[in-house]
Amino acid sequence: MAISTSILLIIALAPLLGCLLAGFLGKFIGRAGAHSATILGVAISCALSIYVLYQLCTGAVPVYNQNIYTWFEIGKYTATVGFLIDKLSAMMMVVVTFVSLLVHIYTIGYMAEDDGYQRFFSYISLFTFSMLMLVMSNNFMQLFFGWEAVGLVSYLLIGFWFKRPTAIFANLKAFLVNRVGDFGFLLGIAAILYFLGTLDYSTAFASAPTLLGKTLQITQNHAWDAATVIGVLLFIGAMGKSAQVPLHVWLPDSMEGPTPISALIHAATMVTAGIFMVARMSPIFELSEGALSFIMVIGATGALFTGLIGIVQNDIKRVVAYSTLSQLGYMTVALGVSAYSGAVFHLMTHAFFKALLFLGAGSVIIAMHHEQDMRYMGGLRKYMPITWITMWIGSLALCGVPFFAGFYSKDAIIEAVGESHRWGAGYAYACVLIGAFVTALYTFRQMYLTFHGKERFTVVADHGHGHAEHAAHHDAHHGDAHHDDAHHDDHGHHEPGVLHHAPKESPWVVTLPLVLLAIPSIVIGAIGAKAMLYDGWFGEAIHVDEAHNVLAELSHEFHDWFSAGIHGFAQWPFWLVALAFGIQTYIYLFNPSVADKIKSALKPLWTVLDRKYWVDDVYFAVFAKGGVKLGRALWKGGDAAVIDGVLVDGSASLVQRIANGMRALQSGYLYHYAFAMILGLILLLGGYWLVGQ
Amino acid sequence: MITLSHFIVLGAVLFCIAVASLFINRKNVIVLLMSIELMLLAVNINFVAFSRFLGDVAGQVFVFFILTVAAAETAIGLAILVLLFRNRSTINIAEIDSMKG
Repeated sequence: MAISTSILLIIALAPLLGCLLAGFLGKFIGRAGAHSATILGVAISCALSIYVLYQLCTGAVPVYNQNIYTWFEIGKYTATVGFLIDKLSAMMMVVVTFVSLLVHIYTIGYMAEDDGYQRFFSYISLFTFSMLMLVMSNNFMQLFFGWEAVGLVSYLLIGFWFKRPTAIFANLKAFLVNRVGDFGFLLGIAAILYFLGTLDYSTAFASAPTLLGKTLQITQNHAWDAATVIGVLLFIGAMGKSAQVPLHVWLPDSMEGPTPISALIHAATMVTAGIFMVARMSPIFELSEGALSFIMVIGATGALFTGLIGIVQNDIKRVVAYSTLSQLGYMTVALGVSAYSGAVFHLMTHAFFKALLFLGAGSVIIAMHHEQDMRYMGGLRKYMPITWITMWIGSLALCGVPFFAGFYSKDAIIEAVGESHRWGAGYAYACVLIGAFVTALYTFRQMYLTFHGKERFTVVADHGHGHAEHAAHHDAHHGDAHHDDAHHDDHGHHEPGVLHHAPKESPWVVTLPLVLLAIPSIVIGAIGAKAMLYDGWFGEAIHVDEAHNVLAELSHEFHDWFSAGIHGFAQWPFWLVALAFGIQTYIYLFNPSVADKIKSALKPLWTVLDRKYWVDDVYFAVFAKGGVKLGRALWKGGDAAVIDGVLVDGSASLVQRIANGMRALQSGYLYHYAFAMILGLILLLGGYWLVGQ
Repeated sequence: MITLSHFIVLGAVLFCIAVASLFINRKNVIVLLMSIELMLLAVNINFVAFSRFLGDVAGQVFVFFILTVAAAETAIGLAILVLLFRNRSTINIAEIDSMKG
């Protein structure tokens, strides 16, 4: 028995069908029709994905690897559409469709009154389809197709509220930064085709060892190791998509999009595509110590330094966004120390608890009438208990408190880095360890500022318009109202911290996904840890060289989830988290003035973090301004002066000048013409005569 | 004794007069046509003279052709002239310069 091709086709195409229905027939089928069609499509996809994963887990079916359709042929190269379904891709399919399904449901509540309701559902279903194509692919070409398609949908959704200048700025930024990464990725794929002659995974991976010893002459006098070049190039693609330093700048800005999108695309699934890709290509990455060291250092830097920025953010969504950057750094570090299963495992647990945190933040934002600034929140726990509890669960999972999902994956990564002897492992270990402390700092700060302490908002009764209409109006137009001057006129009042009715718990379509995500955020780590990390659950999908299989070394210490959890209490990371918990509890619950004192005492440091290490400013000054300058120079100098001035207008004016001279000859007087004729005759005859001489 | 060169000189003189009249005359289109006729006649004299001198009748036959064509040409020229005068009420050459570039 094998996995049926038609099931896989339905998994991939059901969301696409939903997308087309909602997108093209949106007006016709209406709001309810649009969300029913897309939710049904994704639900079918999700159910069948779980079925496929179940089949693979019970060992009833072998790995599926088949080409289904020939896309095009160029010379000897044939691009095919095909699926490679092993446990790695099946797990990704389940994560993607499950989170996507919950986000679809959540969106019913979040986007309730938005004008672009159908369009939104169409986009997220298109995203699900693209992401499925990416993870199910059995060749690099299809992977690249999915890769670009999710990038496109990300662009569309960041700019979903396209009338807002900030959203347009953010989606352009995301698109451009991703182009940088994609360029590297494309070069990497080209290098694979050049060296291995195929883009099919199984063939390419089987012949990957032949890369050893091959070199590539990029610069003079130095031959580069082929495997390292390919690895680094492919990873540059991952750096763009998975927002690794220094291509991370687009992710915080992507929070301009609606919150469900932040949860689905910019936390749980799309940004982890880079991690998935590197894990999938482990047979190639394993060949190069250099590339893996590079990955590890980049990831470690991101894990610590982007986390630090999270501490000073006041926007509830941005805290979670920086936390995502930091967690992606953790996954990348794990890839760098060859703990691919650790990275993928953290990817999975992170998908659940980070989607939970984002959707929870969205729920808070709804309750606060789209106020995102945590300085105007506080004390929300008594108004919205479900959101409060589920977000605490997500936060504890994020911090890696023992027995929560994040603990098993994050702890494994930290320990794996500690075991590694690769170049740069010491630096990476320090980064991830301090990173655990930093994670706890910003997470608890966010929780306290949002749900605990004094209420820093005031409720002003307003009889101008009813509650429902008011909330709806906000939903439609105010994702980020305090940044958005254009919409202030909608109400004629939008003072921060002034609400027109008390915050209340969100509707069930919002809280249901929170609860459904909270469950795996607690249990998935304990369920999956042993199998996925240590027992080679992924099988052939992930290849690790025995020489530096750090997880195998750790597996001797891991017995079962319970003893590992107990053991976790005696570890450094837990004590760092506990320390952070103590500090933040003291500051935000008992002595809020300390926060300001620390802030003014460490003013320079605070400025560095608040300015995000000036990375954005430098990029803006150098690349954006430089790009504009270069464009202007080419426009003025190249296009206007040379092409227009010399070539186009120049040739025209040359003709004109010659013609101006010539027209003087055309006097219109007969005797002039006659004279010219005689003169010509004389010259002709004279010439004849001269030749005759 | 009248020799061939006398005829040729006569033809050349006539031709030069015709050319000169083309340039000197800046008033009248009719004079222009006449000078063109004169050019043709100068050429005809050459034809006849050479024909007689070489004893070949073909030259004289050509003269008839030329005379015929010249007559037709003049007829057309005059017809154009009439039309021109009707449209512009003048046959002054200096005013006919609408072909100017």
